[in-house]
Amino acid sequence: MDYFLELFFGGLTRGSIYALIALGYTMVYGIIQLINFAHGEIYMIGAFTALIAASALSLLGLNGPALLVLAGLIAVIYSAAYGYTIEKIAYKPLRTAQRLSPLISAIGMSIFLQNYVLLAQTSDFLSFPTLVDEFAFMEPVSHIMRSSELLIVLTTLVCTVLLTLFIKFSRMGKAMRATAQDKTMAMLLGININQVISVTFIIGSSLAAVGGVLISNHIGQINFYIGFIAGIKAFTAAVLGGIGSIPGAVLGGLILGWTESFATGYVSSDYEDVFAFGLLVFILIFRPAGILGRTSTDKV
Amino acid sequence: MNTQSIPFIRRAVSEIGRSLLVSCWFMFLTFPIMVIKVNPLERTIDWQWMRLVWIGLAVFPLSLVWRWLMMRKEQGSAKDGEDSWQKRLGERIRADRKISAAILALLAAFVVAFPFIFSSYQTQIMISALMYVMLGLGLNIVVGLAGLLDLGYVAFYAVGAYSYALLNHHFGLGFWSALPIGAGLATIFGILLGFPVLRLRGDYLAIVTLGFGEIIRLVLENWNAFSQGPSGIAGISRPGFFGIELSLSQHTVFLYFIVLALVAFTILVVSRLRNSRIGRAWIALREDEIACQAMGIDKTKTKLTAFALGATWAGFVGCIFAAKTTFINPASFTFMESAIILSIVVLGGMGSIIGVIVGALVLILLPEYLRAFSEYRMLVFGASMVLIMVFRPQGIITGVRRHYRFRQKEGTEEQGERDAASA
Repeated sequence: MDYFLELFFGGLTRGSIYALIALGYTMVYGIIQLINFAHGEIYMIGAFTALIAASALSLLGLNGPALLVLAGLIAVIYSAAYGYTIEKIAYKPLRTAQRLSPLISAIGMSIFLQNYVLLAQTSDFLSFPTLVDEFAFMEPVSHIMRSSELLIVLTTLVCTVLLTLFIKFSRMGKAMRATAQDKTMAMLLGININQVISVTFIIGSSLAAVGGVLISNHIGQINFYIGFIAGIKAFTAAVLGGIGSIPGAVLGGLILGWTESFATGYVSSDYEDVFAFGLLVFILIFRPAGILGRTSTDKV
Repeated sequence: MNTQSIPFIRRAVSEIGRSLLVSCWFMFLTFPIMVIKVNPLERTIDWQWMRLVWIGLAVFPLSLVWRWLMMRKEQGSAKDGEDSWQKRLGERIRADRKISAAILALLAAFVVAFPFIFSSYQTQIMISALMYVMLGLGLNIVVGLAGLLDLGYVAFYAVGAYSYALLNHHFGLGFWSALPIGAGLATIFGILLGFPVLRLRGDYLAIVTLGFGEIIRLVLENWNAFSQGPSGIAGISRPGFFGIELSLSQHTVFLYFIVLALVAFTILVVSRLRNSRIGRAWIALREDEIACQAMGIDKTKTKLTAFALGATWAGFVGCIFAAKTTFINPASFTFMESAIILSIVVLGGMGSIIGVIVGALVLILLPEYLRAFSEYRMLVFGASMVLIMVFRPQGIITGVRRHYRFRQKEGTEEQGERDAASA
């Protein structure tokens, strides 16, 4: 039973991280129908910035939760800035181009950012400093769930709830929903499309950075390549749940996390990804628009 | 004159001011990753302030050039009706049989003479470039013509490579007999994948094909009994030349001509296919699925043929790849490979054969010749992909659909042509 619970919470943690990154994918896709391949790189840059900031701040004598919050904040700000800049450089000029051009631009951006971090920093794994100590109240269950896992799950929950509220009730959220539905009509009604898209990228990148900081804190090491795999997995999660749908991204992330965790625990860790992608293919055969995605019929 | 120069100066000042802002922004953006270098083991930090200065100095002129090019691009699209000089040159060459024949003959002579002029190393590079031309043309059927976004094309490439490697390893089968088998197996895989995913649209298709590609790679990596796992299969025999022993450099030349012949065959097939009944059905399917079905085109069959034919070509090239390197392992078949092949198709110009050839040559030769920059080459590579897309979103060479012109009287026709030439 303990083993099952351990896998369950392990999957929950993984799934939460996938969900955080998948949210950015799904939001960007919902608004400009672009698979933002550079999104995983934003997550990686978030993790690196947090590592750098934490190291620099700990020299100033900071430690404990203050260090985590401050380093996390810096990472979020920088990731958001990167997301904003990437959109302006690589996607905005291509808004009217054919559908595949921004995709190639995104792949190019992803290669560029990976190599930028590789050259500016290092190709080795860097050990990430432990930013939170184990909570005392988690002592009795520490063999099932670690404190950093609890932190990840709670933060994801808070972020998702905040994001849902933002999209549902704020003015900007309303504008985002309108843009996702019909860009031209939204423009005619006086919505500043460029601003909406920028905000979408900023929010998505911030969430990715939160994920990056938390998972690095949990696993304890990072390198320049982590964004690529996480990005592909998160994209899978977004599609699994139904791309463009926010609850779908979270659900997809969790399902993917659990599948991987249980497959690793009970079958074999070698075939972890095979199970993940196999599940994706299987679900899409029966629900071609993802679990929560709506199938829209084209009207002629 | 004075009154004219004032807005110009104001404009210039504002442009310079904006570029200064941009360069400040980039200094802020790159600050933590470029300047602070952490050594977590010794818990020390290197501050590299000079890098910040270089970034500021480099971004400023780049931003000016960027803004200028953007301005020109916008002005260019405003007067869309006018043809650019490239387009006119292209039409001239196409229209004039003599010029196009001469260029073709010159090109053919160069390509045939290539391995004798250049070193064995250059020929090797050219072989891989030509292999990517074939891969690009194969994927072009799926993506460029049928409009199905396939991100797992490398799976079929792997199927081809592994069929030859395994058949050679276990049964000692030669290259020539394995070539059709590898292509056939890849076709079967294409159909197998094609069936379940045909219901999916656009980007759902993309992720499923991506997943399929990863599954194939992971199975090859982990099923040790079947594929020898990550250590791969070594000692694959090179293609035989009527039983005559060849030296290593002769093998390279021989392989070059095999690939060249296959490329010529591919170009022939693809160009014939494009204007055939099935080719037009692909294009129609790409443009509008519903209208296409209404015209009585069998959607399933059309999509499946595109998938299967695309896969066949990947299978061919897979066999050649195994024969060229004589060693394969799953690391050669990552998602990045699919991304590169897709980039060849889109960067070169979707649906255009010359475009794909140019795209493959640019994307494969660029990193090779950028080796002088060694560690910066992938950085430059990624940046050039973004830049080409931003400034030529339709690809380097735009695909030209076959036109049918209504022939009027002789006199007016000539008049029209002369107009086109002088415009």
